[in-house]
Amino acid sequence: METTLKRTCLYDKHVELGALISPFGGFEMPIQYTDIISEHNAVRTACGLFDVSHMGEVQITGRDAERFVQHVFTNDVSGAPYGKILYGMLLNPNGGVVDDLLVYVKSNTDYWLIVNASNIDKDLDWLTKLADGFEVEVKNRSEETAELAVQGTKAESLIERCLGISCADLAFYTFKETEHEGQALLISRTGYTGEDGFEIYGSPAFIRKAWDALLASKEVTPCGLGCRDTLRFEVGLPLYGNELSEEITPLEAGLGMFVKLDKGDFVGRDAIVAQKTEGLKRKVVGIELNGRAIPRHGYEVEADGKVVGSVTTGYQSVSTGKSVCMALIDKACAEIGTNVGVRIRKRLQEGVVTKKRFYDKHYKK
Amino acid sequence: MLLLSADILTKNKSKSNIRSYSIPTYQNKMTMAKIIEGLLYSESHEYVKTEGNVAYVGITDFAQSQLGNVVYVELPEEGDEITAEETFGAVESVKAASDLISPVSGKVVEINEALGDEPELLNKDAFEHWIVKVELSNPEELKGLMSAEAYARFIAQ
Repeated sequence: METTLKRTCLYDKHVELGALISPFGGFEMPIQYTDIISEHNAVRTACGLFDVSHMGEVQITGRDAERFVQHVFTNDVSGAPYGKILYGMLLNPNGGVVDDLLVYVKSNTDYWLIVNASNIDKDLDWLTKLADGFEVEVKNRSEETAELAVQGTKAESLIERCLGISCADLAFYTFKETEHEGQALLISRTGYTGEDGFEIYGSPAFIRKAWDALLASKEVTPCGLGCRDTLRFEVGLPLYGNELSEEITPLEAGLGMFVKLDKGDFVGRDAIVAQKTEGLKRKVVGIELNGRAIPRHGYEVEADGKVVGSVTTGYQSVSTGKSVCMALIDKACAEIGTNVGVRIRKRLQEGVVTKKRFYDKHYKK
Repeated sequence: MLLLSADILTKNKSKSNIRSYSIPTYQNKMTMAKIIEGLLYSESHEYVKTEGNVAYVGITDFAQSQLGNVVYVELPEEGDEITAEETFGAVESVKAASDLISPVSGKVVEINEALGDEPELLNKDAFEHWIVKVELSNPEELKGLMSAEAYARFIAQ
């Protein structure tokens, strides 16, 4: 399917640091530099630095930009001021998720969509198709935009100290544009780890300098995508391809709060309204197992001797040590406290339905 | 998964019967994978240490270095019959589960229970912490396993 793998502007630095490198979303990305557990704990207790330049950036500009974003995006951007960021999804007409994304509001004629690397081409095709009849331009800005995620309780002070960028004033899910040594950058208080943290966007040249400056402090741990996944999983954040897909609706994924049915029509709205009326047949839940065997993506979930769904993501939680997973299962078994089992290497491991969040978020709001 | 090249393989003389082989386990990171002389090795990275008719079976240092943080070891039960080239348990790292493939056939006479509470012992010293002790039912099978030197060549391929 994929022809050649792309590399981010920091690839040589990952190799230099001895990273284990693997394909992810069409890119050769660092999975870990030392080991997932220490990198995970660095983010939970201090500060971790991720290269997330693989993420896609799509810019929507033009007179109809606001109306267009309202038409394709589940959250409500109407009247949103400069600096506001909203999480939501692009839906297909069946209510399934084309992609989940962040929308950065620059003005009502200029929006930046931050999309999953693996979906960049699909999203561009989808948006371009839907743009028919709107006075908008859909531009792929992924190539010229690099991105770092600086995550953890010490992120704020380390960014200020290492990069001279003040970010204490940034509220959760807002951004600002500024410059560092003459180079333009955008910084937001966002992330995918459940900790306070920031994402910094800029040119490859700037991002390379920022990477070096942050690591030079010796207080920032380079972190790979391995722990990015264990971190997001523990706090119940979805990953496209696991908890979300073209076949899974936001309601099933438990993300209904990001779908604003009262904002007017948008692609997929009818399907979501219908699903709400009829009631859900299945739902993404958390499951905690009694034993230590680890539930993995795709393993079957059983209740009363029947298969009722499958695991979407599972780990031994790095922070709590428990064997836990998120799973998409029949609504009838989705009540918290329901006894269910996960089939792991032929044996049924008993467990119970829980919240999807296995570790509390520590956002600074 | 691995990018290994034979020319980077170097054998260091060291004390005792432990030889260290320098093997690039990551893209360019040289990690010393320990290989012990006198043990037998399988292509699925288990080792066998025999004492008469009894064999200690574990995973190699190379295997643990490739797995990363080991967080769970699924052990068979004492008295279980295990068969060469068949699964007898699993080792799970943070990211993935790997089956344990038995290099020998026989009865499990002891399991290393310490691994139940501290699976990370495999990362600390995979050769020190064997996984099962097996009473061999067909010692002839040992002839099909690799020597230390052959295993070193095998992982360098």
